[in-house]
Amino acid sequence: MALNAKIPEGLLKDKWQNYLNKTNIVNPANRKKLDIIVVGAGLSGGGAAASLAELGYNVKVFFFQDSGRRSHSVAAQGGVNAAKNYKNDGDNVYRMFYDTIKGGDYRSREANVYRMAQVSVDLIDHMTAQGVPFGREYGGYLSNRSFGGVLVSRTFYARGQTGQQLLLATYQAMMKEIKRGTLTQYSRHEIQDIVVVDGKARGVIVRNLVTGEIERHSAHAVVLGTGGFGKIFYLSTLAMNSNGSATWRAHKKGAFFANPSWTQIHPTALPQAGEHQSKLTLMSESLRNDGRIWVPKKKDDPRPPGEIPAEDRDYYLERRYPAFGNLVPRDVASRAAKERMDAGYGVGPLKNAVYLDFKTAIEKLGVDTIRERYGNLFTMYKKITGIDAYKEPMKISPAAHFSMGGLWVDYELQTTIPGLYAVGEANFADHGANRLGANSLLQASVDGNFILPNTISNYLSNEIRTGKIPTDTPEFDEAEKAVKEQLQKILSIKGTMPVDQIHRRLGKIMFKEVAMSRNEKGLKWAIEEIRKLRKEFWTNVAVPGDDKGMNSELEKAGRLADYLEISELMAVDALDRKESCGAHFREEYQTEDGEAVRDDKNYMYSAAWEWLGGEKWKLHKEQLEFKEIEVKTRSYK
Amino acid sequence: MNLTLKIWRQEGPEAKGKMVTYKVSDISKDMSFLEMLDVLNEDLATKGERTVEFDHDCREGICGQCSLVINGQAHGHESHYTTCQTHMRSYKDGDVIFIEPFRAKSFPVIRDLKVDRSSMDKIIQAGGYISSFTGMAPEANSIPIHHEVAESAFDSAACIGCGACVATCKNSSAALFLSAKISHLAKLPQGKVERMERVVWMVNAHDDEGFGSCTNTGACAMVCPQEVDLLDITRMNYEYNRALATVRS
Repeated sequence: MALNAKIPEGLLKDKWQNYLNKTNIVNPANRKKLDIIVVGAGLSGGGAAASLAELGYNVKVFFFQDSGRRSHSVAAQGGVNAAKNYKNDGDNVYRMFYDTIKGGDYRSREANVYRMAQVSVDLIDHMTAQGVPFGREYGGYLSNRSFGGVLVSRTFYARGQTGQQLLLATYQAMMKEIKRGTLTQYSRHEIQDIVVVDGKARGVIVRNLVTGEIERHSAHAVVLGTGGFGKIFYLSTLAMNSNGSATWRAHKKGAFFANPSWTQIHPTALPQAGEHQSKLTLMSESLRNDGRIWVPKKKDDPRPPGEIPAEDRDYYLERRYPAFGNLVPRDVASRAAKERMDAGYGVGPLKNAVYLDFKTAIEKLGVDTIRERYGNLFTMYKKITGIDAYKEPMKISPAAHFSMGGLWVDYELQTTIPGLYAVGEANFADHGANRLGANSLLQASVDGNFILPNTISNYLSNEIRTGKIPTDTPEFDEAEKAVKEQLQKILSIKGTMPVDQIHRRLGKIMFKEVAMSRNEKGLKWAIEEIRKLRKEFWTNVAVPGDDKGMNSELEKAGRLADYLEISELMAVDALDRKESCGAHFREEYQTEDGEAVRDDKNYMYSAAWEWLGGEKWKLHKEQLEFKEIEVKTRSYK
Repeated sequence: MNLTLKIWRQEGPEAKGKMVTYKVSDISKDMSFLEMLDVLNEDLATKGERTVEFDHDCREGICGQCSLVINGQAHGHESHYTTCQTHMRSYKDGDVIFIEPFRAKSFPVIRDLKVDRSSMDKIIQAGGYISSFTGMAPEANSIPIHHEVAESAFDSAACIGCGACVATCKNSSAALFLSAKISHLAKLPQGKVERMERVVWMVNAHDDEGFGSCTNTGACAMVCPQEVDLLDITRMNYEYNRALATVRS
């Protein structure tokens, strides 16, 4: 099967309009005959569910949380990007496109990125109209801040809770549609499998997490807005229940998985404090607007940070990258922190952190300004660590964060299974090998609200004569049977190793060899270890209770079973790519001063993997073409 | 630290629940409260016993999924914390800790410490939104909003919908949750168009879902993780009476 990205004709700036001019749409009277299943109620899934319901389709939305308002988009802090150029600082759609392509180290699809920058402008209008209380200047107009990897201020924000505010607006739009009767929500339901009939996605098998019942639901199209799989590292910035199961089970039903190894390691999370830690809380990248990152120049300097004078501090980002300083992209900042810590300059009891210091900014701007900009982050920091960051620097450390990889999708956001779409972090589309800060909320929201509703109609226009999809067919029987068998199998093991313990061990393997820095030997070792651990899971996992009602251990075990397979593909993908690009840093391919060396001649492609079963995959390459941007070595010096 | 836990166990909504005693050992000061429960559950799983069901997700105080009444207080003893932000450094060796679900008529227990808070979704469905469809929006800067108004709207909008206000209130009223959404939208120009229908529909939905009446004791504001202001309840009453008076005249 050859990959066809279906990129429209014309210049970059015209492609989306050309697409909209020619795409098929569905008569409003026919929309209510068409069923759509959306999985996930975050910014991408929830936005898709609300917008599709507004158009008049019959929409069902499934999510495992108790309310759509809890989806993990809620935790995004710093902001959302848009090329409004309210600051008169030279921003425009092309510059945003340029920054995103460059930030992604020239490994994303030109047409998709340009479209994201184009519709970013509409998104701010949309979210403002929904009542998002964005930060305002004293004249009443919208305020902006800067994020890493750019030289303009294009980030809109609602204090340090931007994700929460965008998600609540999206959730409220869903609630509005529930009241109108066009949308039905299924909370505490987790997807178990995608049902494919005659090559098309026709439904899902879900588990009601309250009653334990397995249910069948059919539709003319299925949309996955299920987020990323960074929780594979166990310690991550993700929510405890975030998982990769929906996309992985779709992968095993035929959807190609693209660039799985590209995981963003966020530079500013709280460091690990002990073995039982379950979560690494993120401190927003926006803090790097005013915070300066440093470590002592002297190893094991015993003085408290406040007593170390400027001449004994190494502001290593400002030293190595004078042009961008503390605002280099995340992959660069994380690697630079790792370099200092590996060299023995880390701070804190476990030497696993660096300082993020606001002293200069507080002196210059006053404590009130800093409180208004980041107050909730300082409060959150204090609640978790007991430390007042207005008085002493924060201690921060890199942590697994965002999955740039995901299901391969074409320009229409359709996977390689017709009728199956992936939106937001669940797809691979827009961020290349490294995502820029504040582009995640953007991509999730525009995929769901503005792009998918306009592309899914092209597919659904051929479904108006199909009629209701029956669920009493062999395909549904088979899918349900397989789901039930897997649950029974997990319950029958009755071993001695709790799910979290196995997950922690997987996380350690992954963070050691498949994270910030990779090499051939380490990756091969990781594959062996993952296989051993998978075997141990299937012979010795301890899952008590039954499948008749609520059973959190059973839910976690199902997700871990998938992680134990995704992890192998991540290592396989990292092994295949013999170059360094963005978050993918192969130690064999670096300059003398430790910067990444890309190989555009051989690796200018997105790697889309096809599942062949039994630890085997086939690689399909989507060659990337850059027609309206010059491909250069990425430099922030 | 070694601790004794007294935890509410209940098989299902109709079953009779009871407090069960557990011991946990080697709890370190830097663990979070929920990580301490993880230790207990790993121990139970190893022994093949059904683990304690409790709600949690983001573990950074923003999703609102965690709950628990700890030693009689919603989200534990620290004011304005969520359970997931509570850490073990404030406990000492030998402590006995009582852990119960959020209790309210409108929050039936699902199993152990997990409760059903869909009644809060119903309140929002009644009108807690702006009826702007995707594609309708005007240019964002065409509606200037005073800096302080936007900040004040944010203060109300920050509610995480955890339900601690309900669990704390002696009447099981959701007035703080309800008034936060009404205030958020009533403060902004975009939300003013529907303010009258919204407040009436939402207040009615609140009562229909079995939440109690507010008697202004203010206990809710003492526990609220986002420090939603008690004045929002005053604002809600103003909005409600204003709406009724306007409709009647």
